[in-house]
Amino acid sequence: MAWTKNVLRVNLAAGTCVQEPLNMDWARDYLGQRGLGTKYLLAEVDPKVDPFAPENKLIFVTGPLTGTMAATGGRYSVVTKGPLTGAIACSNSGGYFGAELKFAGWDMVIFEGTAPKPVYLLITDGQAELVDAAHLWGKTVWETEETIKKQHQDPQIRVASIGHAGEIGVLYAGIVNDLHRAAGRSGVGAVMGSKNLKAVAVRGTRTDAYQIANPDAFFTAVDAGKKALAANGVTGQGLPTYGTQVLMNVINELGALPTRNHRDVQFESAQAISGEAMHEKRPTDGKANLVTNGACFGCTIACGRISRMDPGHFSIKDKPQYQGASGGLEYEAAWALGAANGVSDLEALTYANFLCNEHGFDPISFGATVGAAMELYDLGILTKEEVGFELPFGSTEAVVKLAELTATGEGFGKVIGLGSKRLCAKYGRPELSMTVKGQEFPAYDGRGLQGMGLAYATSNRGACHLRGYMVSPEVLGIPIKMEPQATEGKPAMLKAFQDLTAVVDSSGLCLFTTFAWGLSDIQPQIQGACEGDWSEDRLLLVGERIWNLEREFNLAAGLTAKDDNLPPRLMKEPARTGPQKGAVSKLDVMLPEYYQLRGWSKDGVPTPETRKRLGV
Amino acid sequence: MQKSLHLDPNKCTGCLQCEMACAWENYRSFTTAKSRIKIFAFHHEGRFVPYTCTQCDEAWCVIACPVDAIRLDPVTGAKIVLEPTCVGCKVCTIACPFGTINYVASTGKVQKCDLCGDHGPACEKACPTGAITYVDSDWTGLGKMRQWAGKTDTNPATV
Repeated sequence: MAWTKNVLRVNLAAGTCVQEPLNMDWARDYLGQRGLGTKYLLAEVDPKVDPFAPENKLIFVTGPLTGTMAATGGRYSVVTKGPLTGAIACSNSGGYFGAELKFAGWDMVIFEGTAPKPVYLLITDGQAELVDAAHLWGKTVWETEETIKKQHQDPQIRVASIGHAGEIGVLYAGIVNDLHRAAGRSGVGAVMGSKNLKAVAVRGTRTDAYQIANPDAFFTAVDAGKKALAANGVTGQGLPTYGTQVLMNVINELGALPTRNHRDVQFESAQAISGEAMHEKRPTDGKANLVTNGACFGCTIACGRISRMDPGHFSIKDKPQYQGASGGLEYEAAWALGAANGVSDLEALTYANFLCNEHGFDPISFGATVGAAMELYDLGILTKEEVGFELPFGSTEAVVKLAELTATGEGFGKVIGLGSKRLCAKYGRPELSMTVKGQEFPAYDGRGLQGMGLAYATSNRGACHLRGYMVSPEVLGIPIKMEPQATEGKPAMLKAFQDLTAVVDSSGLCLFTTFAWGLSDIQPQIQGACEGDWSEDRLLLVGERIWNLEREFNLAAGLTAKDDNLPPRLMKEPARTGPQKGAVSKLDVMLPEYYQLRGWSKDGVPTPETRKRLGV
Repeated sequence: MQKSLHLDPNKCTGCLQCEMACAWENYRSFTTAKSRIKIFAFHHEGRFVPYTCTQCDEAWCVIACPVDAIRLDPVTGAKIVLEPTCVGCKVCTIACPFGTINYVASTGKVQKCDLCGDHGPACEKACPTGAITYVDSDWTGLGKMRQWAGKTDTNPATV
């Protein structure tokens, strides 16, 4: 079986680490990772809980394909109730940490309670202990990882930790592993900080922790999968060469690149912050921003960006810690730090991105919140006196300064750390917050791409591109081409994407494989690794079950159909330029059909029949 | 013709497919801690570097072994640890200048790359980028020569 069948339960208040068997009935119904973590959370936590209360739990969970040779099989998720949204939070990360947890013999770690003082969890195969973290509290993610490895004289330990942002409760603080891979969204790092948990450090050396059910079938499917990834234009060429940044110019030209807090849908300087620009030699030092591409564990795509800044750039002069190579800009970060604020200095964006990794906060929510602040400033609602400096759209200095201040919670950074929704509410203009369920939009405009608008409105963790990536059909033509402005067929396509995505997110695989893989490519890999029947129909049912379980969590938490919405700007202010000029979101046309297809009432509640069918 | 593993850091992305393949070959497990080939990440340089035994002709591990537990495979040229003979004294791990032979506490023996016998190295088959290739031992420099040859003389017009 590809599960270790072991759960590590850590009671931070009592200081205990207890091994318990994985509930295999739940594993069969929810597969792993996102699905299984959500099942445990809903079973053990009242969805109405204050996210920062000791009663909230924080779950690190792998999938059955995590730590296997299936391409991209290294993912883990962090599941908890999110402080940014008050909804289910489930953030997914790559790097090497997830596989190491499996090698140590654990499918899942459940943290409950709050530690009386800062601690970190050290797992060495079957041994787990809470260790005093007084010397790490206040340290960055980068320092924490280095210190733990040195302290235990073991450079092969893998670490997932929070930075200062998580400690001080930045509402979109993330958990960062392997220096720059992050469970980034929804504030899972802030929950970790509220529990006085600084880091999870793992060393796994067991060879008997889990087995592949049918190695011949598994390797046949895995090898075919790798060939398909290599042969596909996106996963074989585009992503390794440009990373997700391959999208910057494409989405801009399509007129779906939200710019200056969604006032515009095209950014005049998109080219300057694109994947192509990262390859260009800088006039200042003759070197390109991009050093190389890097892979997460087991990944044969290798979309990761490793960048080195111009050492002469104003933001890092006399700061040697930023002058080496580190995790570079992905599309979302480049957009949020750049286009969302009208900033086009690639080096400055790289620096702000370094800070997000180093201090552990989500560049999407951070950048989008700065964009909202810039609009408030532009309208004269926010003043220079209040911010401490000028904050016009396009100000490179302001983005850099606010990244530094948000990381430490100083000055106006403290307000930025609350996110766009609370910022705009504080200044009496809630409609200017470009969020759904309190979470900031990522880098696609819901007016330009109608399906993405519906995906944002219905995403269980608030605005998110990774819950139903309608960009695939609407831009890339995967699996079929759908016109961006069409609404017909979009609810059904979105439902299929959401359910399939829930399966991928629960398997241990990376969602990016789905540019090349359909369910028929993924199913035999899961079937080869796991005992029992994992037919395509069953997997789709698992995906639908997961989606509905997350919905149940949110409904029980107090969210309603009113929260399946988009900001008035997207509903009323037409796109001003480009191919989608004149477009507003047609959410009202699509949402009723979506509810119907989901088997939900007009109020967005799963009907008794749906609940019975899915066993939720 | 004898073959050698040829490692090219320029092509390595750090995915560790090779480490998993090695561990699977020898342990039927993907646990990279058991791999005989290791990928080193030099973070600030943005480099991933694969490293394993080069199968020295005059192998110091072989010379140092007091019980003759490391033998030459005459076909592949690999220096192979005979587990039943190995007493786990670890002298070879001291003798090896490159650190590529290591003790395994769970077995009480040492392990090193053995080129996977006659079916060829599993790491090479698993590498998705061509960073690990298995090539003519006498011509491991051929690719680099070609690269430099291309830089020096492919555009006569500029002479």
